[in-house]
This record gives sequence, structure tokens and C-alpha cells, in this order.
Amino acid sequence: MIPEIGHYALVLALGLALIQATAPIVGARSNDPALMAVAGTTAVAQLAFVALSFAALVTCYVTSDFSVATTFENSHSSMPLVYKFTSVWGNHEGSMLLWVLILALFGALVALFGNNLPATLKANVLCVQSWIAAAFFLFILLTSNPFARLAEAPLEGRDLNPILQDLGLAIHPPLLYLGYVGFSISFSFAIAALIEGRIDAAWARWVRPWTLMAWMFLTIGIAMGSYWAYYELGWGGWWFWDPVENASFMPWLAGTALLHSALVMEKRNALKLWTLLLAILTFSLSLLGTFLVRSGVLTSVHTFASDPARGVFILAILVLFIGGGLLLFAWRAPLLRQGGLFAPISREGALVLNNLFLTTACATVFVGTLYPLALEAVTGQKISVGAPFFNATFAPLFVPLLIAMPFGPLLAWKRGDILGVAQRLFGAFALGLAGVAATFAVTGGGPVLAPFGIGLALFVIGGAVTDIIERSGIVQQPMRIALTRAAGLPRSVWGGALAHAGIGITLLGIVCETNWAAERIATVRPRETVSLGRYDLAFEGVTPRQGPNYSELVGNFTVYSGGAVVGRLQPSKRSFAARGNETSEAALLTRGFSQLYLSLGEARPDGAVVVRLYHKPLVLLIWLGTVVMFLGGALSLSDRRLRVGAPRPAKDKTQALMPAE
Amino acid sequence: MTRKQRRITLIAAGLGVLAFAAALVLSALKDSIVFFNSPTDVLQKHVAAGERIRLGGLVTPGSLVRGDDLNVQFQLSDGSHAITVRYQGALPDLFREGQGVVAEGALDQTGAFRADTVLAKHDENYMPKEVADSLKKTGHWKDDYGKSPAGGKRSP
Repeated sequence: MIPEIGHYALVLALGLALIQATAPIVGARSNDPALMAVAGTTAVAQLAFVALSFAALVTCYVTSDFSVATTFENSHSSMPLVYKFTSVWGNHEGSMLLWVLILALFGALVALFGNNLPATLKANVLCVQSWIAAAFFLFILLTSNPFARLAEAPLEGRDLNPILQDLGLAIHPPLLYLGYVGFSISFSFAIAALIEGRIDAAWARWVRPWTLMAWMFLTIGIAMGSYWAYYELGWGGWWFWDPVENASFMPWLAGTALLHSALVMEKRNALKLWTLLLAILTFSLSLLGTFLVRSGVLTSVHTFASDPARGVFILAILVLFIGGGLLLFAWRAPLLRQGGLFAPISREGALVLNNLFLTTACATVFVGTLYPLALEAVTGQKISVGAPFFNATFAPLFVPLLIAMPFGPLLAWKRGDILGVAQRLFGAFALGLAGVAATFAVTGGGPVLAPFGIGLALFVIGGAVTDIIERSGIVQQPMRIALTRAAGLPRSVWGGALAHAGIGITLLGIVCETNWAAERIATVRPRETVSLGRYDLAFEGVTPRQGPNYSELVGNFTVYSGGAVVGRLQPSKRSFAARGNETSEAALLTRGFSQLYLSLGEARPDGAVVVRLYHKPLVLLIWLGTVVMFLGGALSLSDRRLRVGAPRPAKDKTQALMPAE
Repeated sequence: MTRKQRRITLIAAGLGVLAFAAALVLSALKDSIVFFNSPTDVLQKHVAAGERIRLGGLVTPGSLVRGDDLNVQFQLSDGSHAITVRYQGALPDLFREGQGVVAEGALDQTGAFRADTVLAKHDENYMPKEVADSLKKTGHWKDDYGKSPAGGKRSP
């Protein structure tokens, strides 16, 4: 009964989406407030029905109803409750339902908090949002119904893929989808603006908080996935340039560019067309990401669906929305008038440079990800484009961007003074140079570029600090006034500086990890010791242990540093009976921001085990930086000028004088 | 600066960065892409010793030999031909005899393959896609490779 309710609710949501996809745009054309108002109601109702549908699916998983095909394929009655819950989206069908749930959520948020939007714009935005929703409802209902029943209900399910039975991965897809799908709002705003043929600074002010929110979640979602890969896949890598990772990274790069170009548009009314194009491209890349991961065209650890019929359907969705969006852009864009002028050396100029490098970097990632697919489709030749390609193309494009980054916020709008800014950045330069010198002194030789990487990271962080110092006038003013001024700075300024500092922190982690990580693979017998750097690990043998739905072999290691015990490491190897496969659970010992990483390889009959031991200096900074970026975004979002659904500034006297109800 | 000059500056900067990126991409594509080959491809195409390739196939059952110092050796076969692979390091969790793996490295002078990476990357069907495709091509694909060990069928 419950699966049928879920299925039916989804069909009703499709019906609502179809109404919302037509009525409001007709209303906006004929200026009919009643028809336009339909959008708000249907958007909220859509959310209610999709949520009901999702709740029904969750119920199937939590109660282990194996008569439902997806539950049978991906769940097991002995799994812990939390994984029963998260396995809802640990498969293709359920994750698509999560996708539309988030889409409906964003639509409802626009309907509820978009009261200060012009009526026609709001109607058009919700209408476009509903086109996307309708396409995905159809996709789910026609090709990937999560509620399909089995003819005979099996007694037991086939279990969730063991590497997905992990908390980090459990929250990774929802965060990532909040990011992907969040960009649908910017897309809808862009298409609505093109339909109306009107776009102004106010448009950018409405779009920016949504873009920022999507960007925040995408940032933290990517970081979460990276940390998961780091500790779960057992070889200590945190970024593989795997196509699935690239699929989430491309929208991030385009979205970051969009965030900055929307800033120019809001403040200076320039770069209108470019911002629109970026909004379309960013969501296109999000759709492409969904396509790449979901259609099974790529082979990767993440691919859990491979069905060509779905691929063709998603391809049709892609062509419709990307092609349609770009066509509309080509047709309507000439209607939009050009905005303000600026000199190349100016805040706008710096933001254009940022956009140029970000989108180009995004393009190189795009080429590297799709070239193997194109080549195989055309010539049948199979190639792999791996990390060397991306390191050789991405890094040279990102370095100039990072060098320019501290300059941007310090330049004036319209016409800037690059020499003046360089002087003000003297402290940051000095910090960077000190970093280079100190690294050379400490490591003495080693990788030549590494000290410069450290210097660059410190320069970026120093630049963010300089930004705050300059704006609060700590140098020129007495401390008390400076502090008041610092506290009075708009939160978006603090947020921007924080996010920039976050990039620097992440870079610091990346440089340290890639250059000075130490690795040791060895075979150890009980009561033997394996050493790496200043750490000695004493192996005390393995003990078997029984988990809820697996049995594991735990290796017991005591970690010594200079003769003193600093901790214990218990990596394990789990065998999952239901699927008959194994996973390694790495053990981590955190010392400051560095980690000692130990994973078990195969166990020999004589009691010896193969271990992989890594020392990862400052590796935690990689993810800490992304958390700082997220917080920067959140701080900026809480700025009252940017707040979603913030009340209109009190310019409107008539409204202010109205009596309270 | 006039609107026209500003636009020209922008376009020039844009083209400059694009040209730089294109140069990077082309040189990187020349140097850092790796072709995938089955053992039959390697023998037919006469892949030169030292050329970096990916070699994929099934691990021949009973061919795995473990030496000292984490040295291992096994045969990788596509049903028609087999090549000896040597590797030093820990094998991935999902490495099994009879299963598909992809090894990356180069042939040495003796015709054996010296791998520096062994991937048992898998989808839910426990078979790397490249390996599955090349087995299908050589006609050695068996339908039961595609099924996960637990078996079971979905109703239509």
C-alpha cells in the first residue's frame, strides 16, 4: 500500500508541475494576477506531494519492505537503521527522487520567500522551475520508478554496496544535490529574464543569494565526497580527477564565476549577458553532472546505475534544457541593453579576470572529462585521461587566478590603482616570501615548486586579512575606532574575505600533502614494528569482530613517537556476507592538522598482514579550508542586504505608513 | 577608454587566456593520455616496450604468484592471449583470480608487463567496463560475468 501511495503522489506532483509549467507564463503574458498566483500555490503543493512520495520510499526502506525492487536491491534487514535510511539515495532511483525533492524544495522556497519579486518575474521563474521538475518527474516515472514491485517478495534484500555504508557518504549526495539543484534557481531566473527581455541590477540582487546558497552546499558536498574517498577507498588519495568528481567540480568552477559576475552586475550593472550565459552554463553543467554519473557512460566507483534507456532520456533532457536555454539566449540577448563602463584595471576588471580563468579552467576539465568519451564514440579507441593531464592544464590556469585574487577586493570600482594596491598588499607579499624562505630552510631542497606553493597560499590568506585591515583602517585609526569600523563592515565583506582565506587554507593543505606525504607499504608479523618518519607502530596481531551485517578482522597497532605512546590504530577489513565482498576501513590518527593513515591489505595465513601506512602532513587543512569557505558564504548570506526574502528597504513610504494588521 | 577599446581589451585578454589553455590542453593530451589495450591488442599492435598503456583482462585462475617484498606476478588474459604482469605493492581489496582488472604500466624487454598501478575498479557487476567490452569483442564474454554473486532477478 505505502509504495502505491508514494507512486501516486509522484504522479500528482507531475500533474501539478504541468499546471505550473503553463498557467503562470500565460498569466505573465496577459498580465492576469490570478493565473500568475497559481504558481505559488502549485509550487508549495508540489513540495508536499514529492515529500509524501519520498516519505513513502523512506518507509519502504526503514521497514525493509523487500517487495519493492529497489529496496530488495539495495537494503538488508540487518543493516543499521541509519544506513537503511541513507540507502534510500544510495541507488539510482532513490537518488533521482531526492533530486526532485530538493528541486521542489527550492521551488517552494522561491514561492514562499519571493514576495518582493515583481509578480511577472516570480511567475516566470516558477514556471521555468516547473519545466525542469516536469521533465524529471517524467524521467522517474517512465524510466526509473523507485516504487516498482517484485512479483514475489524475497525474504531478504541484497544489501547496500558496502563502500556506501558510511556516514560521510550518507550525507554527501544530499549536500551535492542541494548545490546542483540550487543552480536551477539561477537558471530559472536567467530564462525568466530572457523571456521578459528585461534584466537589471535588482535581478542580480535576487539571484545572488540563491547562487551563493547553491555554491556553499556544492563546496561542502564536494569536500565531503573527497574526505570520504580519502578514508574509505584505502589508498589515502583525496582527489583522483575521476570523471564523477570532475562532474561536480565543473559546476563549482562555473558557479564560482557566476557568483563573482553577478556581483559586478549588481554593483555596476555591467556584464549582464555574460552573467546570464554563466547562469545557463552552470546549471547545464549540473545537469551534465547528473547525466555523467547516472547514465553509466563512465566507469567509476560511483556509478551505480547503468541503463542506456535512461541515458537517452537524460540526454534528451540535456538537449532540451541546455540547447533550449542557449537558443533562447541567442535569440533574446540582443534585446538587453549594455551596462556601465569600467577601465581594465578596476574591481570589475579583476572580476572579469577571475571569470576568464575560472571558465577556462572549467573548460579544460570539461575537455579532459569528455574527450575519452568522444574519442571512444568516434574511433572506438579507449584512452584514459588521468591526473597528469589535469595537473598539467588546471594548475597553470589556477595559479595566476590565485596570484590575482588578493588584488581584486582592494581595487576600486570603475578605475583602480594597481600600484597603490600592491603597496597595501606589502604585508601579504612579505608573509608569502617569508613562507617561501622558511620552507626552503626547513626542507632544504626537495620539490622546487613546493615552497612557492606555500608562499602563494600564505599570500592569499594574507591578502584576505589585508582586505579586512584596510577596510577597518586599523593602521591609520586608533584601535577603538578601527574595531567599531571592523564590526560595522557589511557581513558580505567579512564573508568574502573568509571565503578567500579558505581557498588559501585549502591550498596550504594541498601543497603540504602532495609534496611531503610519506608512504610505506610493508608486511608485518605480530610483535613486529613498522616505522615511518618519527612514528613507530607496534603490531599486536589481529582480532576478529562481528558487526551488525558484516564480520571484520581488526589489526591492533600501538603508535609510538620517540618512545612514548601517542595513540592506537585499529584498521580493519570487513566482509559483507550479503554481497560477498570486502572493504578496508582505514584507521586515522590525527595530530594537529596532520594525520597518520593506516589501512590493512591482505592477511597472510602465517598471521602477517600487508599494511599501507601514510603520514599526511597538514592534510586536514584541505577540508578545513572548504569549511571556512562555507562559513564565509553563510556569513555573506546572513548580510541583510542579501538575505533571501529580505524586506524591501523602507523607501516605500505608503507601505510604511499603513496600519499594522 | 571608449566602449569599443574596452571591448577589444576584454576580447584580447579572453583570447590570450584561451590560447594559453588550448596550448596546455594539446600538449597535455599528447603526453599524458594512456591507451587501453587487451592482451590481444598488445600482441597485434606490437606495442613498444616502455610505452605507457593500460592493460585489461581477467586474472587467470591459479596464476597468482607471491614473491618476497610484496612482489606479485599473475597472468592477465582476454581468452585468446595472456600476458604476464609483474607488480610490487599491495593489491586492491577487490583483486581476485578470475576477475577483471586493469593494470597500468609498460612492457619490459622480455615482453612481460611491469605495472605500477593495479585497479580492480568495479561497478556493481564486478567488471571494469573496458574489460567487459574487450571480452565481448573477442567473443569470450560469458553472461554470468555480468551478474553479481548473490544472483537473483528483477521482475519485469
